[in-house]
Amino acid sequence: MVGRIPLVLLACGSFNPITHQHMRLFELARDHLHQTGCYCQLLYCRRYKVIEGIVSPVSDEYGKKGLVSATHRVAMSRLALETSNWIGVDPWESKQQHWSETVEVLRHHYNRLLNPDHLKGSVQDTRVNKTGQDKQDMNSYPGSPQLKLLCGADFLETFKIPKLWREEHIVEVVGKFGLVCVSRGLTDTHRFIHESDTLTRHRHNIHLVREWIQNEISATEIRRALRRGQSVRYLLPDSVIEYIKQHDLYTAESELQNAGDILQPLKTNTE
Amino acid sequence: MEADTRTEVVLLACGSFNPITNMHMRLFELARDHLHETGKYKVVKGIISPVGDGYQKKGLIEAYHRVAMAVLASESSNWVKVDPWESEQEEWVETAKVVRHHHEELLMSGQCKDEADHVKKGKKRKLRASEGGVSEKLLNTAVPELKLLCGADLLESFGTPNLWKEEDIAEIVGKYGLVCVTRSGSDAQRFIYQSDLLWKHKKNIHLVNEWITNDISATRIRRALRRAQSVKYLLPEPVLDYIQSHNLYSPDSEEKNADVILAPLQKHANLSK
Repeated sequence: MVGRIPLVLLACGSFNPITHQHMRLFELARDHLHQTGCYCQLLYCRRYKVIEGIVSPVSDEYGKKGLVSATHRVAMSRLALETSNWIGVDPWESKQQHWSETVEVLRHHYNRLLNPDHLKGSVQDTRVNKTGQDKQDMNSYPGSPQLKLLCGADFLETFKIPKLWREEHIVEVVGKFGLVCVSRGLTDTHRFIHESDTLTRHRHNIHLVREWIQNEISATEIRRALRRGQSVRYLLPDSVIEYIKQHDLYTAESELQNAGDILQPLKTNTE
Repeated sequence: MEADTRTEVVLLACGSFNPITNMHMRLFELARDHLHETGKYKVVKGIISPVGDGYQKKGLIEAYHRVAMAVLASESSNWVKVDPWESEQEEWVETAKVVRHHHEELLMSGQCKDEADHVKKGKKRKLRASEGGVSEKLLNTAVPELKLLCGADLLESFGTPNLWKEEDIAEIVGKYGLVCVTRSGSDAQRFIYQSDLLWKHKKNIHLVNEWITNDISATRIRRALRRAQSVKYLLPEPVLDYIQSHNLYSPDSEEKNADVILAPLQKHANLSK
């Protein structure tokens, strides 16, 4: 893969808990970007080499209903990603005292990646321990790697929820960084982009990945099954299921956490 | 101690398992949860029975590998196991025969448990219970019910001409029972409604709703593998390792049996001549 642009994928989310589907997003995105040019429908195609994946669980301050403590969500993500040699979890966002806007998280990681010394110095996250060949390759590229936000189609559609996003942030996310969006129904996603001037203007920076193998393993469904004493085996790694059992996470009580509260970004953007 | 009056059940899943996926393993989990939630059943065992090479399905790789992968997938399960009997038969075996075989095995192992007195003891305990006395667990002496575990595709394959013998369907749903996991419960219900045979035995057909859609079909997995795409997190890790180290699933392996007629179709076409 000589001459390809190094790329890091960042996924922000609750990861409450992390599931096979979350990890599949990374795998699908990487495959797509490595074969860029097949289904992309772009006027021109940049050829990328995905060198790293980052799972960034949101902080408890997000205030979402049913969100269990960040400590647990980070620990579960770590367990789930043990068998991956390129995806790791970064607890930075989860440790912030306030909820961080997505652009803040992108900026943080982008600045970190700009400075290779930064990377060697950060011992908190598991990525430093990943021994993938790619890590060495990163230093052999002339420029610093690009950083793109990895997400599902549902994330893209949150752009239209009133007061959830600031317009200038949407522009920064899709314009400066870029999106890799994994979607089941490309037609709907295309239409959504088409109906937004901002997204259309930056459409070359939105990579749409078609998810052929449908996998609706939403964390919400997993929590529901757990509350009802039903099995969630084979939907998430056994190590994560074990952790959930040991710490008795995801009960009727935990689902009521933050119930009735307003989501932090809505609070912030209304002020 | 209250007697456990639930009926013991063993779930048998027949299929290509080419390869086994997380979805296959989920079928067992979903079926068990469903049956337990009725309060009437206790699922004590799950059996994965990969089909023999004699089935001659396009893209079917050697039974040896398919069994090995299924064993790897079920290693971490304490109740689902692989039985290679069907895969070891030279010729393709009708599903009804496979079910019969496993039913006989259950009968025999039940007899072996309490030696020759098993049946006598069973009768004695049943007698005591009917006399109103506090009984021990009746369950361990009765033979568990064997049910065929499947997806909606198998249920609907009953409608494919020449694929199934009428009397085999009757035996499976009448004598044993079906546990069918499906995303589209209403389609399955309609299918049952439209078949006199299935309708007659509808009490013996348990429809389990798969709310968390998991469309991880083995066909798609093989396609992804041929195209060097990742299938990580869609199958158990040890199965993935096995596929990679044995280099299974290539364009060549997919062409296997390409010009051969599926065994059941061949067999039934011959019979009808």
